[in-house]
Amino acid sequence: MSKLNSLAISDNGFIFKPATGESFTTNEMGLFIINLLKEGKSGDEIINAITEDFEIDNVTAGRDLYEFLDFLKRENMTD
Amino acid sequence: MDKKIYERPILRKVVEGIPNKFGSLKRLRPIESIDNVLIDNLIDQYGSPVFVLSEKTIRETYRTAYRAFSTRYPKVQFAWSYKTNYIDAVCRVFHQEGAWAEVVSGFEYEKALDNNIPGNKIIFNGPDKSEEDLARAINNKSLIHIDHFDELYAIIEMLDELKERPQVAIRVNMDTGIVPQWDRFGFNYESGEAWNAINRILTNGNIDLIGLHIHVGTYITLSKAYATAIQKLAVLATRIFERFQISIGYIDVGGGFASQNTLQGAYLPATDTTPSFDDYAHTITTAMTSASFPNNETPTLILETGRALIDDAGWLAGTVLANKRLADGHRAMVIDTGVNILFTAFWYDHEIYPVHETSFQSEPTTIYGPLCMNIDIIRKNIDFPLLNKGDRFVIKRVGAYTMTQWMQFITYRPNIVLIDEKGKTHVIRKQEDKEVFRRQEMIPEHLKVN
Ligand SMILES: Cc1ncc(COP(=O)(O)O)c(C=O)c1O
Repeated sequence: MSKLNSLAISDNGFIFKPATGESFTTNEMGLFIINLLKEGKSGDEIINAITEDFEIDNVTAGRDLYEFLDFLKRENMTD
Repeated sequence: MDKKIYERPILRKVVEGIPNKFGSLKRLRPIESIDNVLIDNLIDQYGSPVFVLSEKTIRETYRTAYRAFSTRYPKVQFAWSYKTNYIDAVCRVFHQEGAWAEVVSGFEYEKALDNNIPGNKIIFNGPDKSEEDLARAINNKSLIHIDHFDELYAIIEMLDELKERPQVAIRVNMDTGIVPQWDRFGFNYESGEAWNAINRILTNGNIDLIGLHIHVGTYITLSKAYATAIQKLAVLATRIFERFQISIGYIDVGGGFASQNTLQGAYLPATDTTPSFDDYAHTITTAMTSASFPNNETPTLILETGRALIDDAGWLAGTVLANKRLADGHRAMVIDTGVNILFTAFWYDHEIYPVHETSFQSEPTTIYGPLCMNIDIIRKNIDFPLLNKGDRFVIKRVGAYTMTQWMQFITYRPNIVLIDEKGKTHVIRKQEDKEVFRRQEMIPEHLKVN
């Protein structure tokens, strides 16, 4: 996850991408996921972590996660 | 240990220029109730989607409009434009407030009679009046606003069979600076056609010309157009008096006041740009007072205001069906109200609100209706919070032209509910069901067997 490591991410969800100068905002759940991605966790591991900590079922968590991952990819923040 | 509350992960690009010149992006406040009735309760009780009308808003809007004119001019009469919303309960609220009826078809005329409006308080407009319609309306002493020469000749031909002298006005079209000019209705002023029609009527001797009518157009934000129209109608009135010694009883300036709905493509929201009733009234009554009507008479000022009197009172509440990502990455939200029941989405940027608090994050979203058609777009690319399937929304200002121009398509048209001034709810038009449509259809004998 080298690309993610190049981003400047603040605790309140503000993300700066030095490569392009673009800024993004994310929410608590987005930060939670990004941190796990940085640790190299797989999709399933992340879903487990989410359902363990948050009030949400597997299917919804998975659907939202993969949508989020798509977005990261489209914005060229992950490989 | 309790788990934390889940919120969908979101990532949003920060677009340059925010906060922009209109200020920073504000969180869209939810609208939970209409006249203190919870929208959740309305949907639970009457289904989703559901049209909701506020009797309180109708009456308040009418009174504001009436006051704006009646405090500035001595003789003012509103006539409720049926086509704008002819649900009987709605018409009756306007009639209770003192409005006459303005109709444009035999169907609307019958509705007005059924709503107990006496014939002489019904204005009959439009190009489509059958001979039966005309005879009935003339015999009821209704105000016939003649649209074209064929209609005038039809009246002249039936004179012998009529019980009453026709009480008529002519509809005049003219250049008021409004583009497009609505010159397909009525008789043209500049070409002399209107004067021609007046001569035909008054030389006949058996028809009473009692008014002059104009309808400049709809959603007219330039109140000056009305002043121009009044000046030209006053010239006609003067010529009529000079030639025939007849005074015109009323000037009907039609409808056309803009509502607070923003037109698509407008630069500023309509709430900032739409003239108030006071603005329109000031311009119109000043023109009426300063125009020199013959004999120093003061004709009655008739207004056929539609949209501006009812738009605010109407709401459409519904439910989110699905969220999607489009191929280009755009968010799409599918809701259970399509353009078939929200025809006005074709020209308005309707305001849509969540019914409950949502997360702070919002994202550019296109809101689609449920019809299987490409044109079914309720809002294009608006910043909207992320609602989930099953969440509810409400659309503001949908009182005008929706409940009359709606189309039945692939499903039934929904309930229309009126909230009265005490907060009690009443179904004023029932949701359709299979029987409504089965009743209309006939199956030929040879198709009855499979
Ligand atoms: C003759 C006439 N009067 C009144 C109206 C009502 O107009 P509005 O809703 O713009 O006030 C219309 C609408 O087209 C009309 O044609």
